[in-house]
Amino acid sequence: MSQPTSKPASTNQAEEETFGTAYNGRVIARFLPYLTPHKGSVAVAITATLVFSATQISAPWLIKIGIDEFIKSGNFSGLTWIVALFFGAAIINWMSSFIQNYTIARVGQGILFRLRGDMFAHLQKLSLGYFDKTEVGRIMSRVQGDVFQLQEFLAVAIVTAGEVLSLIGIIAALILLNMELGLISMSVWPLLVLVVIFWQPLAKISFIRVRKAMSTVNGALNENITGVRVVQSMNRQDRNLQLFSEKNRENLAASTQATKLSSGLIPLVDTLTAVSIGAVIFFGSGMVSNNTLEIGALIAFILYVQKFFDPLRNLTMQYTQLQRAMASGERIFELLNIKPDLLDKENAQELPTVKGEIQFVNVSFRYSAGEDVLKNINLHFLPGETVAIVGPTGAGKTTLTSLFSRFYDVEKGRGSVLIDGHDIRDISRISLASQVSMVPQEPFLFSGTIADNIRYNHTSITNQDIVNATMLVGAHDFISDLEDGYNTYLHERGVNLSMGERQLLSFARAIAADPRILILDEATANIDSATESFIQKALKQVLKGRTAVVIAHRLSTIRGADKIVVLDHGKVMEVGNHQSLLDNEGLYAHLYKMNYAAIENTAPPRNFE
Amino acid sequence: MQGLLRIARLSLSHKWFLFGAYACTASVTATSLFMPHLVGQAIDSLALNLRGGADAFKTSLFLALMVLLANSLRGIFAFGQNYFGECLSQHTVYKLRNRFYDHVQNLSFGFHDKQHTGNLMSRAITDVEAVRMFINAGIVRTPYYIAMFVFAAFLMINLDWKLGIACVAFMPLVAVISGLSKVHLRRIWLRVQEDMSELSNVLQENLTGVKVVRAFAAEEFEKGKFEGKNQKVTRDFIRAERIASLNNASMILVLLAATGIVLWYGGSRVIDGHMTAGQLAQFFLYLQLLVMPVRQAGMMINSFTRALTASVRLFEILDAKSDVQEKHEAISLPRVEGTVKFEKVTFGYTKNSLSLNDINLEVLPGQSVALLGTPGSGKSTLVNLLSRFYDVNSGEITIDGINVRDVTLKSLRQNIGFVQQDVFLFSASIRDNIAYGKENASMEDVIEAAKIAQLHNQIENLEDGYETILGERGSNLSGGQQQRLSLARAILLDPPILVLDDSTSSVDAQTEELIRIALEEVMCNRTTFIIANRISSVHMADQILVMKNGKIAERGTHSHLVETSPIYREIYDLQLRPQKEVLLDHEVHDIYNRNLA
Repeated sequence: MSQPTSKPASTNQAEEETFGTAYNGRVIARFLPYLTPHKGSVAVAITATLVFSATQISAPWLIKIGIDEFIKSGNFSGLTWIVALFFGAAIINWMSSFIQNYTIARVGQGILFRLRGDMFAHLQKLSLGYFDKTEVGRIMSRVQGDVFQLQEFLAVAIVTAGEVLSLIGIIAALILLNMELGLISMSVWPLLVLVVIFWQPLAKISFIRVRKAMSTVNGALNENITGVRVVQSMNRQDRNLQLFSEKNRENLAASTQATKLSSGLIPLVDTLTAVSIGAVIFFGSGMVSNNTLEIGALIAFILYVQKFFDPLRNLTMQYTQLQRAMASGERIFELLNIKPDLLDKENAQELPTVKGEIQFVNVSFRYSAGEDVLKNINLHFLPGETVAIVGPTGAGKTTLTSLFSRFYDVEKGRGSVLIDGHDIRDISRISLASQVSMVPQEPFLFSGTIADNIRYNHTSITNQDIVNATMLVGAHDFISDLEDGYNTYLHERGVNLSMGERQLLSFARAIAADPRILILDEATANIDSATESFIQKALKQVLKGRTAVVIAHRLSTIRGADKIVVLDHGKVMEVGNHQSLLDNEGLYAHLYKMNYAAIENTAPPRNFE
Repeated sequence: MQGLLRIARLSLSHKWFLFGAYACTASVTATSLFMPHLVGQAIDSLALNLRGGADAFKTSLFLALMVLLANSLRGIFAFGQNYFGECLSQHTVYKLRNRFYDHVQNLSFGFHDKQHTGNLMSRAITDVEAVRMFINAGIVRTPYYIAMFVFAAFLMINLDWKLGIACVAFMPLVAVISGLSKVHLRRIWLRVQEDMSELSNVLQENLTGVKVVRAFAAEEFEKGKFEGKNQKVTRDFIRAERIASLNNASMILVLLAATGIVLWYGGSRVIDGHMTAGQLAQFFLYLQLLVMPVRQAGMMINSFTRALTASVRLFEILDAKSDVQEKHEAISLPRVEGTVKFEKVTFGYTKNSLSLNDINLEVLPGQSVALLGTPGSGKSTLVNLLSRFYDVNSGEITIDGINVRDVTLKSLRQNIGFVQQDVFLFSASIRDNIAYGKENASMEDVIEAAKIAQLHNQIENLEDGYETILGERGSNLSGGQQQRLSLARAILLDPPILVLDDSTSSVDAQTEELIRIALEEVMCNRTTFIIANRISSVHMADQILVMKNGKIAERGTHSHLVETSPIYREIYDLQLRPQKEVLLDHEVHDIYNRNLA
């Protein structure tokens, strides 16, 4: 394989930046369009939140009125009215709470739905060049982990909005009830804010430490389970347990420290609440004695003060979530902002049905800013020809075939690839791809039924077409022998099939699409002899009547080819058929001897038989 | 249920944390319940004072200080309750994880054949987490919530039994309903999780199969697949949120309803003079303490049900017995000469079918044995029995005349260098990977092993050389390099017996050549078992065994088998005959077509 091998090495330590700044204007600006279709719902949610907070705050106030206006004066019917009002508020509170949460969840999910869809659609537009550079795990964590962070954020955002509102409401209520006592009860806040400012960074560090420790522990366990056969055959159990328990202990230490930190706020908040309530009782009593405060108001005061620390404490937690969401948002939009580097031209034409002639004219190619992988290639394949590409590892075989599937574009001024005389950069990729099929070296199947896999995206393919294709490659028999036949579900990309069977399905899929041009990357893995002869039979059928370009490893394939192209270091060394190349005594003859003459000496001469 | 008891027993090994947590819990409960009383007193003394009572200033100062003291103490105890509870759960889980790790790594291959890594991992992550939650929420918090509810209820009834009962009566019902709805909700969340994993499956296949997707121009088709799953996730999520929202809102409603009752009935009692304003205030505050456990009921029930299934799943693994057990009187096998004997060995992975049947084999020290045959013919099974990764059903395997079942597993495996079929490299440096079985090996020895494995030059060419950290499963090395690294790893151990399972699959011809050169050097002076499909890799062996359906169908040397064994001849023809003919007489056949005929 001559794919660029400079993928970034992933290590356990490669922990991604978890936190961003709490407010990132670019992320917000990019995010807003996702909100616009939900304008109505957002308005409903905001109204519901306002109503919810108002009713929440009204409760102690109504109690105050009940006590001061009616209970004190012994007015039972008045009290009944207030209680009725109280119940009314409770019902409204219930409804608004539900509407608020539910609406915001709906809006949030709607946004995430679109965001995920957009990310997926965008990934479909990116060329293979991007996927060569980016690990699958990394992309997965964009679409899952980061979107999940946003989801968490949305959940938190509801709560935060509610908390901020109720905090404002409580402050207003306290001031309205009694300005002086209100200010006294709030006098401890600066202290709390100060402590939280110091606490916040510590909590963040400890949070990151726990996450790292946990992922290290899980990573070590996972590795040991996957590699258990090596572990046992190398007698590493004792040492591994020792290493693991060190990691496990670090996790324990990190968690314990995190607990200390997060629980540490409890006595603080409780004490400050106590100071507030104590102050309210002490000063409030004085005021009641002076008749500047009524008893019901004092009770309401105590009820309010008990509540007002919760929003403050929660806000600090949500600040952290906000930072994480911003970091995630930034990464999501970073992905969405990647410009697809392989776009059809504006006036791209449909490729008419081709005969299958392929031409490389002075083609040089390199992967992003690396060395040239192909150097000044000139080749001409005729319609219906079977062409074998051979050469040592790294010669550029895969790259060559990737170019006329248009996985990558040849840069302007560095030659051109023509199919039936059309420069493939001038035609639409879809019209090209519908006439070119590929059988990859390792068969790749999707989770789904066998029929689904053979039909794949060509939904117009009939069941009869599928059977024809499998008959042609010799897969029909084994499929029919399966209990569910063509409806057999392939789990995890066909682990329930043998390698050879998967290979045949991959052939069948390529054939069912009825391409004019077929690219085949022959498997190098050793397959048992029965399957091997099976596949060779299939191959003959598959290649018939199409232009076929085969990255060949099997002698029989190479020898059966109409044309053999020998590549080395990105250059075409020789072109010819088996015999003419052997006579040529060049690279081909050398490779041939090296690879297949290994047991020449031990083989008994045939005429001994 | 038994699982939960076993977890409780595990946590008992940290008695002091448990004791600390319970002591703090009791204190938190007491101080919490004391607060309303103080506030009530303060208000009553005020009312008294208004009617011209005693020194209001002193009383209120005293009560304010008491409130301060009680609540500060409450905070400190709450810290202790949290801290000890968390320590208890973390320490228990720490032990559990170590135990899980050690147990799993010592279970025989038979166990691992049946268990997917994902399945084991989900037990180690999700189920252990459920246990942790249970220790904190179930063992520590549940008694706390129950005590809080009972005492608050008692104090309220004591204060005014009618009003008390009116408030308390419907709370258990609310708790149960909320608990059930939480359980129901959890089922929906599980479905959401499933949807999510389906979604990520589509995504992952799309990304790993990106070449196929592009080659078939299937982008739109793939978008359709994704969209379907995406919709399902969204729909189920919104459903779950609806239930959760309703549940949350209803919980607040319960508190407000109870407060309304207190205001109305309590107020009328105050008007009647049966209750004081202070007692009314006390009621309001008790109510908050009463409702708190009710709101947590769902969480508690959830933690119990989760831990119930989690503990079953965990102990299923932890109680699993390895099929391969060491004898009590097992001896340590010294370094062997390398005579290996199989006598009438039979073995089956399941009870009903035999994978090896009547295997007889004798290998002398330094000899090489090659095994050939279709997948499932028993090649790998045979060598796995030698290292006792599985135990024979009948017959015996001896090394230097000693039955492998009579020696310790460690000493046995020290004598056998095993290069597995699936190359597995660890995310560590190349050096550490080579020295995996012999950590204290010197750098010279590591380099020597790499040289023999024909890998040294390529390692040197890497930027960080031997210190290059391998990515996930060695992803920054090519397939052939990975295989040679795993070979070097076995070479470093310098074992008298070497097993190479399918060690040349999935590499191209050039690499295969390199590996063959390496092997020639490695094999001398060792008893070697080599499994391969290519004639070119097996033809030099002293004995070639052609396996078929669990039996040795043919045996002999290459030249012997080519002439006498039809199976061997067939494989030989398929793989090698064309160029042999060419080399012999340069006669050009259309072998391509003939082979297919």
